[in-house]
Amino acid sequence: MSDFLQLFFSGLATGAIYGLAALGFTLLWQASGTINFAQGEFVMLPAFMILAFQAAGLPLLASFLLACLGAVALLGWTFKRAIVDPLFKYGMMPIVVATIGLSIALRNGVRAGYSAEAHPFPSLFADTLYSVAGVTVSLSDVGTFLLALGLVLATQAFITRTVTGRAMQAVAQNTESASVLGIDVPRMIFYAFAINAVLAVAAALLVTPTYLAKFDMGESLGNKAFFAAIIGGFNNSRGALLGGLIVGVCENLAAAYISPAYKDAVALVIFMVVILFKPQGLLGSKVERKV
Amino acid sequence: MSQAVLKVENLHKAYGAIRAVAGVSFEVMPGEIFGVIGPNGSGKTTMFNSVLGQIRPDSGTVVLNGRDVTRCGPLALSRMGVGRTFQTLQVFGKMSVRDNLLVAAQEHQGSMWGRMFAPGDSGLGAKVDALIDQFRIRPVADARAGTLSYGQQKLIDIAMAFMSEPALVLLDEPCAGVNPSLVGSIRKLLQELNRTRGHGAHPCSFVVIEHNMDFVMALCHRIMVMVEGRVLAIGTPAEIRANKQVLDAYLGN
Amino acid sequence: MKKSTLFLLALAAVGLLVLPLYLKGYGVYLLSYWLVFVVATMGLNLTVGYAGQKSLGHAAFFGIGAYTVAIAMKAGISFWFGLPAAALICFVVGLILGFPALRVQTIYLAFATLGFNTAVWLLMRNEEWLTGGTFGINNIARPQLGGLSLDGNLAYYYFVLAVALLMALLLWGLLRSPWGKAFTALRDNPIRAESLGVDTRSYTLLSFAIGAVYAGIAGSLFASLVQFIEPAPFTVGASIMMYLMVVVGGPGYFFGPMLGAAVGVLLPEWLRFAQAWYLFVFGAAVVLLMIWLPDGLLSMPDRLRAKRLARQASALRAASVGVPGPRA
Repeated sequence: MSDFLQLFFSGLATGAIYGLAALGFTLLWQASGTINFAQGEFVMLPAFMILAFQAAGLPLLASFLLACLGAVALLGWTFKRAIVDPLFKYGMMPIVVATIGLSIALRNGVRAGYSAEAHPFPSLFADTLYSVAGVTVSLSDVGTFLLALGLVLATQAFITRTVTGRAMQAVAQNTESASVLGIDVPRMIFYAFAINAVLAVAAALLVTPTYLAKFDMGESLGNKAFFAAIIGGFNNSRGALLGGLIVGVCENLAAAYISPAYKDAVALVIFMVVILFKPQGLLGSKVERKV
Repeated sequence: MSQAVLKVENLHKAYGAIRAVAGVSFEVMPGEIFGVIGPNGSGKTTMFNSVLGQIRPDSGTVVLNGRDVTRCGPLALSRMGVGRTFQTLQVFGKMSVRDNLLVAAQEHQGSMWGRMFAPGDSGLGAKVDALIDQFRIRPVADARAGTLSYGQQKLIDIAMAFMSEPALVLLDEPCAGVNPSLVGSIRKLLQELNRTRGHGAHPCSFVVIEHNMDFVMALCHRIMVMVEGRVLAIGTPAEIRANKQVLDAYLGN
Repeated sequence: MKKSTLFLLALAAVGLLVLPLYLKGYGVYLLSYWLVFVVATMGLNLTVGYAGQKSLGHAAFFGIGAYTVAIAMKAGISFWFGLPAAALICFVVGLILGFPALRVQTIYLAFATLGFNTAVWLLMRNEEWLTGGTFGINNIARPQLGGLSLDGNLAYYYFVLAVALLMALLLWGLLRSPWGKAFTALRDNPIRAESLGVDTRSYTLLSFAIGAVYAGIAGSLFASLVQFIEPAPFTVGASIMMYLMVVVGGPGYFFGPMLGAAVGVLLPEWLRFAQAWYLFVFGAAVVLLMIWLPDGLLSMPDRLRAKRLARQASALRAASVGVPGPRA
């Protein structure tokens, strides 16, 4: 039983990171109808940014903050202005394909331009283990989970309780009405992109210590985030966290109890089951065919 | 006394607490032009959509030429000879005018599998040309429908409803957003269509929702006034014009 | 068709027939590879470009076609039986995949097709008794046509070319017929289409089924081309690449798949000179291309025409201002 609990808790930690990436993904979709196939690379790039700043001699916290600025500028503002804005009126197809191209470009740009090797990444937390009621949990797991959870809840609080956040919601639900009400629609959409960028940097900070920084770390993470977002409910922010946690925990349990080879298949299988029985996701609301 | 083409009895449709259509009954005779007027929000389009199977009515019946079609969807109704236009313009912007008209008729003859690999115009070329001439849109016949002016697209929209030789055509605000000179042309067109198709073995009846009062009064044989989901009055244009309740509904409260 | 288009087509036909004679074995192989993907993406272009559906699971049909032929030939059944069998299986499965399309819309349909692709891929990977699992099926022979062996790269190329031309002609005939207009109506305004008597349900199902058949036939050709089949080319990633090919070439343009498949298959090869950077250049090229031509490469003539018309219209307006007219 203690094994199960151990796996459960460390799964929660990984799942919370998936939830971070999934949340940003969902926000982008709700704000601008963008399916960002480069979401995984949006986590990978900041990881390398942090490494680069550290190599230049900066401490971790400063590197993190600078990476946040860089991410907001590059993956938030530039991404929105250069790619999403011009393609917005052409429907989903061009944006989807552009983000596919972007993911290929980012991944291989880092590989060719920086390094094809895996790099160690500093952890926020010391290597301590705690024993609680016979269950061993690492400080890293607990810290990661709490931090990620905190960020997700903070983002949700921002969106539901602040004026800006509610304006963002209005834009997501009905852009025309929002603009008639005097809401600065482009700015609200930008905020969604900015939040996504920051969440991605946070995810990078939390996930890279375990998996090491490599140019292709975004692939698997991006896929998991995508599936987590759909499992939880693509039009629901709380769903992103739930989806992430479910994937994280089930992955860990499957790897231990079934076989390590099935770890990656778990997200796929859950995704399929959800799509079959509740295509709008666990917490999502039904979107009917419009008459 | 011939049988009614369309017989709507006690139609109800509510959205939560809002009774959009609250017990509407009327009949449309073969070859007749039947107008539907009423203030905004009186439930005219909802009534149309319920009759046409676009939405499911809560209760009531819709009978087309003796057949109960209450539960039928738009596809079945189209096959039974009902055409319609929509309040918001709905032509196929990327296709040419000619292709728009062809699509409107091609599915009504032969079978789907018979049409696979068949010639592009399904032998309907002459019919399309006839309608193009009747609507006087020959100069733009090969242009992409989306590049035309609003008024021209309206004409195509109306023409499309008639391509399949329907027994009943429902027109939802055919004059909305159209400049005054074109309104007159549309009225004349509809009268001409009613003249040529309104009699004989397969007469065509029209039901027209419109806000333009002169248009309705000059065009329709009978008019139904709807207010707040209910029928206020049905009668000839003269009767409606003289009806005090109707005047109150439009000018009063 | 315009004279210029006809001329270009004739030129392309001559090129396709003659060029391989001057290429080395690998070049011929690459051209065959490109043609296989042209056939596959022609099908996806029908589903996505002409009928307006969302399909991110096309590689699954590609794989079903490939595995059908591979398994059949391993069991001693002729390629000429495996090919139509693959087409039939894909037609049926494609029809089944069309059913979710009738109930869920756009983004959720895309997810459902992803789920389908995933399921098929998992099957391919895990059912070792049938598919050989991750070890795959190897030593797939190339077929014999009568007494003629299609074993050599060149011979097989001409065979693939013949099939591709046949499939293209069939598609052309289909799109020129009333079905083509029905698909366009379904894509651009399904509600209006339905009210005009277009059976949107049937056309939706068929757009998936016919698209699947094209992918299945392409997969069959693929199996004998590469002669070794394993699950890797049939993942969701591969479906996404096929989608990219259709969109880059131009969805709803007949020759879009030819260009799109060239971009997806041949461009990375040509970029090899850039070595480590070649995929970066490819990805960046795709992004730039989308920003510049969101409707695909083949939308360029239309865009130029629209720009010219807009310039003419504004010139006319500018000229007519200042001309005294009758009092309103």
